[in-house]
Amino acid sequence: MELIEVSGVSKSYGGVVANKQVSLKVPRGRITGLIGPNGSGKTTLFNSIVGYHPIDEGSIMFEGKEISHLRVQEIARLGLLRTFQQTRIYSKMDCIKNMLISVPHRTATFRDMFRPYSPELTDKAEHLLEFVGLYAKRRLISGDLSFGQQKLLEFAMALMSEPEVLLLDEPTAGINPTLINGLIDRLKRANEEFGITLFVIEHNMRVIMNLAENIYCIAHGEMLAEGTPKQIQNDQRVIDAYLGAH
Amino acid sequence: MKEHSKHLVPGLVILVFGVAAPFLFPNYVFQFAILWLMITFALTWDTMGGQMGYNSLGNIVFFGVGMYVSALIQVGLYYDIGDYTAAYGAIKVDYTMEQYFTGLILGLIAAGLFAVVVAVAFGSIVFGLRGPYFAIGTLGVALAAGELIGAWDWVGAGSGISMPVYPGDPDDRALLYYFLLFVLGVATFLFLMCLYSTRFGLAINAIRDDEEKAEAMGIHTKRHKTVAWSISAFFLGISGGVFGNMAGFIEPLEVAFPTVTFGIFMVVMSLLGGKGTLWGPVLGATLFHIVKEVTWTQLLGWQWVVLGLLIIINVVFFQQGIIGWAQDKWPERFGIVVEEDAGGLTDQETAEVLTGKGAG
Ligand SMILES: Nc1ncnc2c1ncn2[C@@H]1O[C@H](COP(=O)(O)OP(=O)(O)O)[C@@H](O)[C@H]1O
Ligand SMILES: [Mg+2]
Repeated sequence: MELIEVSGVSKSYGGVVANKQVSLKVPRGRITGLIGPNGSGKTTLFNSIVGYHPIDEGSIMFEGKEISHLRVQEIARLGLLRTFQQTRIYSKMDCIKNMLISVPHRTATFRDMFRPYSPELTDKAEHLLEFVGLYAKRRLISGDLSFGQQKLLEFAMALMSEPEVLLLDEPTAGINPTLINGLIDRLKRANEEFGITLFVIEHNMRVIMNLAENIYCIAHGEMLAEGTPKQIQNDQRVIDAYLGAH
Repeated sequence: MKEHSKHLVPGLVILVFGVAAPFLFPNYVFQFAILWLMITFALTWDTMGGQMGYNSLGNIVFFGVGMYVSALIQVGLYYDIGDYTAAYGAIKVDYTMEQYFTGLILGLIAAGLFAVVVAVAFGSIVFGLRGPYFAIGTLGVALAAGELIGAWDWVGAGSGISMPVYPGDPDDRALLYYFLLFVLGVATFLFLMCLYSTRFGLAINAIRDDEEKAEAMGIHTKRHKTVAWSISAFFLGISGGVFGNMAGFIEPLEVAFPTVTFGIFMVVMSLLGGKGTLWGPVLGATLFHIVKEVTWTQLLGWQWVVLGLLIIINVVFFQQGIIGWAQDKWPERFGIVVEEDAGGLTDQETAEVLTGKGAG
């Protein structure tokens, strides 16, 4: 059974068809990539999966259960988490607090709201900040970090909440090239060591070829190709889509 | 509890002052009582407006609802409410001490609880609104509440209800209501101080900073919003019950649902002291109350001009309020780290940590 199974999903904004009959599978424990030219509908598909908006047609299954009718929070609590293309953190709080808020809410009961944070959770937050290279900045207000460091923080926050699967929307976009290799390495380690399934939108071809085991390519909202990095790299339709779009 | 220890000294000073004030300044017991009411107002407003970022202009509803619920219970325990209100205060009540206090205690408990019920119902309607729409939506409900009560004969409509008379010495009565409001203000402060140090505190701050992100992370946002408002409502409901008794006579527009005075003061006091901070509302309420009382006696007629000026200076020149301004000026004293000491990693250095080349 696939972890995520998208079948025939369509989504329009007014007259703009952003996704048309899109189908794909994200197998458990792997790193799956999603590429496509700007405006091809990648973020829209992510938004559909995480329940950010209702879809026009199709089905989205998570661990064998239909989730397309659930709300954002309900889906997040199933362990299906996303990061944002524009990066969203709680910018007025320090990094540790950003991490603590991100404890898993899956099993949170009413009474849990009023519990203090245990020292173990603070330790875990610090460990994960260390994991993404931000330990030394843990007490700084997160809004003061560089854009790349904010992306790393958002990634660490996602890890803090122990997701089954993490949907990353362009994790390397706009960040300092010096950070990219370290980030790719951390994504791979999160997958291998923590067992988190990754589904990554990436515009940077070099990054996705390096990272994903299986890649989907969409163009103009429609699924164009699927394959290993090598197959995708040599697929004439993918090359045309990327050349045509620029 | 270590993190609470920094509040110990100012807290103790205020406690001692609070206990001594009515005996040191017996002529000002009423003004001091109102000071504690203002502090409760500002603190409870700030839970929503400051800590959670939902600027309510309708919190006065809980005050008014609590006042009416308490009154109805205090009267209803011993009289038929319809007859009592129809007589417009002509029924002379003669409560024994025991009857009076039974009614008062039950009335105040019911005031708090019923205000919570109203908060849950009210919240289910307005929590879908964001930003200015939330503010205006809550304002609308507050204005409507006063009008609705004003049209309801059974509770006295526009003519209101005269409250049961305290069967004892008037000086004792003044002290009783002073200490009720004092204890309520202190209890509200202590409760919120503890609340803000739990997960709840961070979660409502997260809702303030980015509610959409909080939702995407799976935080139970609706649950937190409802609980935050219920807590405000609980303390405000009780404060309304106490104030109604202190006033001796209640009516919908001026006493129970004074939207443009008390209802707006809540917001102003919190902004003045520094919203989203624990001490800001306390400081703001105290300052505001002093300015208001002094201008009331010294500059009769100019009072609203002075208060208006205070608000303008506040929102134009230091929107963060007094505590917020102090935090910006001396962040270290508030435990905020800005110094890039060990934390001064550039992207390059972060990269070296990540790739294992740096010292880490
Ligand atoms: N909220 C929206 N309202 C209207 N149109 C939108 C909205 N979001 C995206 N679109 C349109 O949908 C198409 C796909 O956008 P998007 O999914 O963001 O692409 P990608 O992430 O692949 O760059 C684009 O044409 C975009 O303009
Ligand atoms: Mg996108």
